[in-house]
Amino acid sequence: MKYIVAMIQPHKLTDVKAALAEAGIYKMTVTNVLGCGAQGGYTEVYRGVPNEINLLKKIKLEIGVNDEFEQNTINAIVKGAKTGEIGDGKIFVFDLPKCVRIRTEETGNEAIG
Amino acid sequence: MKIFAKTLGLLSCGLLAAGILPGPPLLAAESVDAGAVNAYAIDNMFLFIAAVLVLFMQAGFAMVESGLNSAKNTVNVLFKNMMDLSLGVILFYFIGYGLMYPGDAFTGGWFGFGDFGVSMDAPEAVGGNLHPAVDFLFQVAFAATAATIVSGAVAGRMKFQAYLIYSAVITALIYPISGFWKWGGGWLNELGFYDFAGSLVVHGLGGFAGLAAAIVLGPRIGRFNPDGSPNALPGHNLAMSTLGVFILLIGWFGFNPGSQLAIAGADNTSIVMIIATNTMLAAAAGAVFAMIFAWIFFKKPDLTMALNGLLGGLVGITANCDSVTFNEALIIGAVAGVLVVAGIKLLDMFKIDDPVGAWPVHGLNGVWGGIATGIFGGHPIVAQIIGSIAIPLWGFATMFALFLILKAAGILRVSRDDEMKGLDISEHEEEAYHGFQIFSNQ
Repeated sequence: MKYIVAMIQPHKLTDVKAALAEAGIYKMTVTNVLGCGAQGGYTEVYRGVPNEINLLKKIKLEIGVNDEFEQNTINAIVKGAKTGEIGDGKIFVFDLPKCVRIRTEETGNEAIG
Repeated sequence: MKIFAKTLGLLSCGLLAAGILPGPPLLAAESVDAGAVNAYAIDNMFLFIAAVLVLFMQAGFAMVESGLNSAKNTVNVLFKNMMDLSLGVILFYFIGYGLMYPGDAFTGGWFGFGDFGVSMDAPEAVGGNLHPAVDFLFQVAFAATAATIVSGAVAGRMKFQAYLIYSAVITALIYPISGFWKWGGGWLNELGFYDFAGSLVVHGLGGFAGLAAAIVLGPRIGRFNPDGSPNALPGHNLAMSTLGVFILLIGWFGFNPGSQLAIAGADNTSIVMIIATNTMLAAAAGAVFAMIFAWIFFKKPDLTMALNGLLGGLVGITANCDSVTFNEALIIGAVAGVLVVAGIKLLDMFKIDDPVGAWPVHGLNGVWGGIATGIFGGHPIVAQIIGSIAIPLWGFATMFALFLILKAAGILRVSRDDEMKGLDISEHEEEAYHGFQIFSNQ
């Protein structure tokens, strides 16, 4: 099992969700996060004064999948989030040793599906 | 009795200080009739207070519209509300007022022009005579109301500069011209068409201009699925929207009663009070029947439908609030409430995206108000039908053309990415909720 964490642009969330649904992946956790990377920051103007924003708003997606879904998930996220511009985000994949479905106490591959 | 005399004394002292009543040095002028001067002061003050109440409706629109839209578009919605008033006041002052009320200078039933700006000359000080300045203030508040209706219908996708151009055109030209047809003494007035406070002149025009804008712009991204079924794009702050509706209700007590244009004299006083109660009754019936109708069809009572229903009731009673009985006002409001809910579903069927229900509330119910004036108010029904078609058609056709031109020029709608980021950042580089964690898309 894999635990996939992706940082994406907030305005791409709709596209990523659509791409994941197309690939048959419906379960995910979505969080608003702040972060910085290669994109650097941007400038807002507040009452005539430039205001440097260094920590940018990003969306963090967390998805637990069985091994055979790993590549499909990654492909879908890339398809939805890629613009070719700096700031498109990153995908991190972790090994997931255990998963328990609370309702039934199933573990492992059955629990994650 | 003593207290009354004292109050009266204080009141006249205040009036004296303000130079309204003739003070001792002026008493020599025997021809000045104190009663007439008081009536003049009371009528002008009445209209002044009404004008301020109508201006307060701008706050209501700003709250309703921003609350019913995404957090990421709040600065943009508020800014559009701010500018259609501010830009509108200046243009209505220079051109619009003269177009709408050309007075003796008008040349035909369709179009006339009085003069640029507003006169400073005080009229003869008798009851019912209004100073041109307070009349302008009252009229410009109405013009701004017609203009601001559209900002809700176009929320979330129209470019800011396109909205500024639209605001200028509607307050300087479109609203004053059709306003002249009725209130300026033009052809609809000659025909016997009746619209007491502007169900059509103000709300019908704004509502149908909004419909034209929503059609030309197209829906917000994600509002409709490829198969045509609608998705909800929920408003981000219904507390704000509810506050806005209550503000609009309060403002409407300037809009309708103020349109009597006088309160001094027993007849004026009585009709103003009847208008106020009709206004309240129709609003209440609109909210209740929108709730019931939506409850039956969507299984749960929906706050936003009741909010729109209350406003629909207000729009429906606006044309006829001086001509109908209290019971008829309840019927007009009830029908308006049902029409609002039906109108919202109708727009969904045609895949037209009107985020705040500007057309069901102001357009559809503007027309209903006009027709109801014929059914209940005793005004000739044929003239009511002609007026209820002519003004919406004028607003829709001219605005449809304007938005098509803006679209052809490529300045009507923001890019897809900008829309997804939200207009606050992409159009203004400014956020309404700085430091808050907000989902800009879900």
